Amino acid sequence: MNARTEILDRIRSALRDAPAVPEVPRDYRRSSELGEDALIELLTDRLLDYKANVFVEDAAAVPQRLAALLEGTGRYAVPHGLAEALFAEADAHDGGSGRRVTDAPGHRLSVEELDGVDAVVTGSAVAVAETGTIVLDASPDQGRRVISLVPDRHICLVRAGDITTILPEALRRLDATRPQTWISGPSATSDIELERVEGVHGPRTLDVVIVRG
Amino acid sequence: MSGTFLGMPSLPVFGIGNLHEHEPFPKAAHRELGNTQLRANLGHATRTIRDKRLAVVSELPDWEELRDAGRAVKESVMARLPELLEQFEANFTARGGTIHWARDAGEANRIVASLIREQGADEVVKVKSMATQEIGLNEYLEEQGIAAFETDLAELIVQLDHDKPSHILVPAIHKNRTQVRDIFLREMEGVDPELTNEPARLAAAARAHLRRKFLSAKVAVSGANFALADSGTLAVVESEGNGRMCLTLPETLITVMGVEKLLPAWEDLEVFMQLLPRSSTGERMNPYTSLWTGVTPDDGPQNVHLVLLDNGRSAALADEMGRSALHCIRCSACMNVCPVYERTGGHAYGSTYPGPIGAILSPLLTGITAEENNSLPYASSLCGACYDACPVKINIPDILVHLRGEDVDSKRGKKKLPSQMDLGMKAASWALYSGKNLGLVEKALPLGRIAAGPDKKITKLPGIAAGWTQSRDIPAPPGQSFRQWWNKEHQAPAGPAAAGTDVPGAEPAGPKENP
Ligand code: SF4
Repeated sequence: MNARTEILDRIRSALRDAPAVPEVPRDYRRSSELGEDALIELLTDRLLDYKANVFVEDAAAVPQRLAALLEGTGRYAVPHGLAEALFAEADAHDGGSGRRVTDAPGHRLSVEELDGVDAVVTGSAVAVAETGTIVLDASPDQGRRVISLVPDRHICLVRAGDITTILPEALRRLDATRPQTWISGPSATSDIELERVEGVHGPRTLDVVIVRG
Repeated sequence: MSGTFLGMPSLPVFGIGNLHEHEPFPKAAHRELGNTQLRANLGHATRTIRDKRLAVVSELPDWEELRDAGRAVKESVMARLPELLEQFEANFTARGGTIHWARDAGEANRIVASLIREQGADEVVKVKSMATQEIGLNEYLEEQGIAAFETDLAELIVQLDHDKPSHILVPAIHKNRTQVRDIFLREMEGVDPELTNEPARLAAAARAHLRRKFLSAKVAVSGANFALADSGTLAVVESEGNGRMCLTLPETLITVMGVEKLLPAWEDLEVFMQLLPRSSTGERMNPYTSLWTGVTPDDGPQNVHLVLLDNGRSAALADEMGRSALHCIRCSACMNVCPVYERTGGHAYGSTYPGPIGAILSPLLTGITAEENNSLPYASSLCGACYDACPVKINIPDILVHLRGEDVDSKRGKKKLPSQMDLGMKAASWALYSGKNLGLVEKALPLGRIAAGPDKKITKLPGIAAGWTQSRDIPAPPGQSFRQWWNKEHQAPAGPAAAGTDVPGAEPAGPKENP
């Protein structure tokens, strides 16, 4: 008998008392009604608690914020689906887009190239205010998982309209089968005497730009 | 239920691997208790984590509702396991993943090794996984000439020190910062000799040490926290980013997961991803969670495997009273609240799974008749703190009592002669049957005082009672019994006590000094 058949047989045999399948009581919170300002405030509070840096901007001011954040940085990576216009200010500062490297289908950045950039800028799919979580699902404005992992600094744009209060609301907006990365602050460890230290293997700096409107 | 079993009922097949005590719990506990550094580190760590957990749990207005949902989801998973496994397999496979089934630890190890060899690799990076520790994968790979690098900071510390994890969440909880620095200085190639014991500096040293490995690794081995049957999705929950590195960079990803880790549907994840981080690290959410479904073209590993592991899980499932131990999501909350664990640490349990959950899960996986594990169900005071803390409401104390019963039954079944316990019970029933009998027994009390010697402590009881004194001393018995004392005090015409208003309890407990 092959292993698959044998294991399934063992399990069926173990269940020969035919245990009942219980109804799952879903009496926990599944929706909420926080307004945009309250959501932004809650998400900001949680992200700061994780030692992320948070900036709240109107859409029109985002290129300026990005230029300021990228000031003094060397090369940075972006996914091909992120609007060029976002970098207009940054380009103006250094006289062109020479610092920017784009990861696009057919023009993939190698791991070595990604290891050589100072930062990455991505969008995001959805965020959860209560837990301070930002979800990336590899859509074109977020790119392949590797680009937001290898660079030491992650600058992440979160649209205010993508912020939910609680996790169940966020999951309803996501497709399970897309590769997902849930990010709640910069990488951290509490392995030594349970003292939280930010920055191990993932990006050690997380800058979040929350975009209104 | 699609899986109604019609074949011959088979006997449970138990698990093998790192699931055993290496010595009886009382003996190991006795030694570990003597390690004061360990106790200080553990006490500090479990206290810290308990406080953090309480704070983030009390923040949620619907914590109890989440626990109820979590328990019911897991119960339905166990009831529908064959059907859900088949559904998961179909979905994971349809998206380009490959599933392997492993009856036991040995089979799982062989599958993983051959998948690694197929890639022509002689080293792999690993992200913390209890399943691979249970099956002893690292040791097996080493025998096969394949080096496995643990990448989780705590696992790295433990591996560099040739030690064993003592806690499932923070495996190096028994080491303090200075011990960690010393290990790094001793074992880490090219480490800065000026390294201090600051946790941030130590984390940076680990980052530098593993960076090259991550960027060049061809094969990664992981565990999984959850598997969603309705989509074929796997999830890994972590903090440091080493998980993301392993799950994203190498071309080949091999995941080893127990068959019990399934969840029926995507919406169930919303329950468990609220329960797990708050219960384990005491955080609102862990820094990183990765989800993948088979292969995503052009993104992450293109050669994706999952080894589904039985290794005693089907045997645990066959125990109607004990099967809910398989609901465990390995959060470690039960350990952090356990008064026994807090003092002995994880090593005393021997098995990969320590603490209250280990005390039930290990013997369920190996069978209670496994001589090595039959003392584990006694490693508890049945105080119930673990049950209260458990996010999926596993009734650990009930299962402990159930397993103690199984242990006693199995031992009795093994021998024809009445055991000391049987004889003891007989003697007790005779003594307690009448006051006269008891009086005779009480006459022997002064003998116990002679046995105790001048410090009035008995440090070694004979026979089966020795178990009691292995980890504690007992005071010498009093010179007279309560009944003897009562009779003396109440014999007319006695002293002032005979007035009848005095309560015997008001006297110093028990009779006074030496006869
Ligand atoms: S038994 Fe419950 S509390 Fe203990 S590790 Fe498992 S899920 Fe957590």
